[in-house]
Amino acid sequence: MKLKNFWAWSSALCLSASSLQAQETTEVEQLKKQLKQATESFDKSLQEHRKTIEDLNKRLDAVQKQQQAASTNQEQWKRMMETRLGDAATSAPPATVMESRPWRPTDPIRLAGRGPNYINLSLDGLFAAGTSTANDIEELQLGGHDPSQRGFTVQNVELVLDGAVDPYFRGQGNIVFFLDPEGETQVELEEAYLETMSLPANLQVRGGQYFTEFGRHNPTHPHAWGFVDAPLVNGRFLGPDGLRNPGARISWLAPTPFYSELFLAVQNSQGETATSFRSAGHSHGGEEEEEEIPLAFRHADNDRGIDDIGDLLFSPRYALSFDLTSSQVLLLGASAAFGPNSRGGEDAGSTDTQIYGVDLTWKWKSPRHQGGFPFVAWQTEGMLRKYDAGAFDWDENGNGVADEGEVVNATTGLPAVLGGETLTDYGVYSQLLYGFRKGWVAGLRWDYVTSDRGDYERLPLIVSDGAGGGDPLGRDLMRAQRWRLSPNLTWYPTEFSKIRLQYNYDKRNGIGDDHSVWLQFEFLLGAHAAHKF
Amino acid sequence: MKTILFIAAVGGLLIGAHAVQAKLNVVTTLPDFGSIAQEIGGDNVKVTSIARGTEDPHFVDARPSFIRMLNQADVLAEGGADLEIGWLPPLVNGARNAKILADAAGHIILSRGIRLLEVPVGPVDRSMGDVHPAGNPHYWLDPANGKVMAAQFAETFSKLDSANAAFYQANLRKFNERLDKRMAEWTKLMEPHRGTKVVTYHKSFEYFAERFGLEVASQLEPKPGIEPSPTHIHALIPRAKEHGVKLVLIEPFRPRKTPHYVADSIGAKLLILPTSVGGNEKVKDYFSLFDYNVSQIIAALQSPK
Repeated sequence: MKLKNFWAWSSALCLSASSLQAQETTEVEQLKKQLKQATESFDKSLQEHRKTIEDLNKRLDAVQKQQQAASTNQEQWKRMMETRLGDAATSAPPATVMESRPWRPTDPIRLAGRGPNYINLSLDGLFAAGTSTANDIEELQLGGHDPSQRGFTVQNVELVLDGAVDPYFRGQGNIVFFLDPEGETQVELEEAYLETMSLPANLQVRGGQYFTEFGRHNPTHPHAWGFVDAPLVNGRFLGPDGLRNPGARISWLAPTPFYSELFLAVQNSQGETATSFRSAGHSHGGEEEEEEIPLAFRHADNDRGIDDIGDLLFSPRYALSFDLTSSQVLLLGASAAFGPNSRGGEDAGSTDTQIYGVDLTWKWKSPRHQGGFPFVAWQTEGMLRKYDAGAFDWDENGNGVADEGEVVNATTGLPAVLGGETLTDYGVYSQLLYGFRKGWVAGLRWDYVTSDRGDYERLPLIVSDGAGGGDPLGRDLMRAQRWRLSPNLTWYPTEFSKIRLQYNYDKRNGIGDDHSVWLQFEFLLGAHAAHKF
Repeated sequence: MKTILFIAAVGGLLIGAHAVQAKLNVVTTLPDFGSIAQEIGGDNVKVTSIARGTEDPHFVDARPSFIRMLNQADVLAEGGADLEIGWLPPLVNGARNAKILADAAGHIILSRGIRLLEVPVGPVDRSMGDVHPAGNPHYWLDPANGKVMAAQFAETFSKLDSANAAFYQANLRKFNERLDKRMAEWTKLMEPHRGTKVVTYHKSFEYFAERFGLEVASQLEPKPGIEPSPTHIHALIPRAKEHGVKLVLIEPFRPRKTPHYVADSIGAKLLILPTSVGGNEKVKDYFSLFDYNVSQIIAALQSPK
């Protein structure tokens, strides 16, 4: 009923309105005429004003150009200084010269430095050339970006983008290109994360894909390394590309009189950048090759996926630092990483990894340094890994026969059945860098990795040739003791380029001695991100 | 109920503690800025400087302790013009202190408001060496710029601590009067030596030279930030001789060998002049920086060879 009324009323209103319109046609036309006149006069004056504005702009430009030219003239400069002096004493500082003029399309677009830009962009190219007595250089060098072949290696060409996202976040992306030994271009999403800028309570949160804050070397990009290659312990425990995965991290700057910071990261535990965890393999690129004998002589078939939060990777770190004197700084840290691994047969049960690390950095920089030289920096990291290797039966096809390539117990002649056990590995590196004059750094690094012999390494295991014989296995070469000594010399023509010569003496138990020489060169284009301590 | 009372008590304590902390905590990158901040802030501010006066301000180590220092700061004053670009950004980022983030009221960029010398015209690239796109950042060595910096400190302190605004403005007037007086003295002392030609190591003394009428003939560095090369030095020596260069000026952190060689070869005097407060034990504040440098130059120019 109400609706009907409404319709009736509204149609009545419309009708009356149209009849009114008809009555006032003459007035409307008059008004239209006036409106037309007014519009025309407005347009005319608008054009006039535009012309005036243009003229003024042209004059302003001319005057500004004159002033610019004049500012190079000493006399003019002094006059300006004197006028400015008078101003400074009485009023607030004048606006910046740089900022008084808005950006115009004819101005150069600057991507470096802190100019008018939204993103800092840089490209860093890291290359190596050299040779080694080792025939298995890819096994000798544990880092994914280490020089990996005789001749030339494109170690790392890194595109870095960073900047403030908005008033709340800072963002960074590192995209790495490199050529593998086969000459294929590989692309890695090394890091891409955002980080909060002003959370309360001294907290900071980072989210995305990022390097785990484990020790000193792991979160450092190859460009900032003091040596051509990654430390052995990092390659073995944290993987060829370092421990990094998608996740979130919270860190808290403690209100202590000295610097101390607590980090807690939660990340995915799978993939090739989580080597000691739910990664498929242990060797280069994270892919365990078929013909290779895998870590702990068993495949990583025990991947349970993610059922609960405990299947993720957790990495706490605590770091603290003191200024020992006005020119000496000490930084200490303790890190750990806990997560599941997939080593063993499909139903090997819950297999976990724990890695613990301690690190020490001591740095002396002359109180009269020029360009940061001279300095002495000593950095040492030690790590311990507890790794559950699940039970594994080599008779995967269930035929009960020693097939070619299978690991076989020589005593029984049958495919090996390995029991579950926890493996313990240790590793350490210690490096000293001495910047003895501007641009020149001499370095020495010592690497050592070893492990407790596992039960499986005591068994009389052979790799079957399919005819009742085979090669004996003995010690696991992915856990065997080895050490390396690496002296090097680096010249930085500027902070945007470097040339480094390094010699490595490698001693691998069960393999032998090797000598390698690498020449590394680097260039950096664009914005140079400031170095952290 | 007890819990609520406890929380209220703790909250009250925290607020109380905050209110008691009346002094503004001021962190400056260079001690020169710190010296001026102290003059303006007086007893109402606590000033700490990151860099030491003896070190190269472009390459300060980003020590973790500085993160904690910045975490507690109410004010951060940086030189700007890319002077600290190699080390300050990660410290500010790690400090997680909203008061000193870019564009916060407590973040002073001192180069704003100062007319910088040698602002490059046209495109800049690194084949020119370490050219700062915003201009030469060593501007604090012109005492006239001290007044501009002081005005910025007074403005920021007055904004953050409005109760003492009159105090800061009075200190600013006092500072300016004192600086005007001293500047007149320094200028008078330097007047007879106007036009003296000098060679410097880096473009650190441009503003000082402008102010006091020295003429910088050349640098030992072939390009900013690039170490002196024998070719450059051997081309420089005859030119400097021809121009009658009287002084070779270097900062305390430079190597001495090449400057000595050049000074000896052209018959000039080598002067090691601090470019920052704390550059040597006689330079304790912004005024003594100029007292010392002016007296050194005059002594060198007056004494017989």
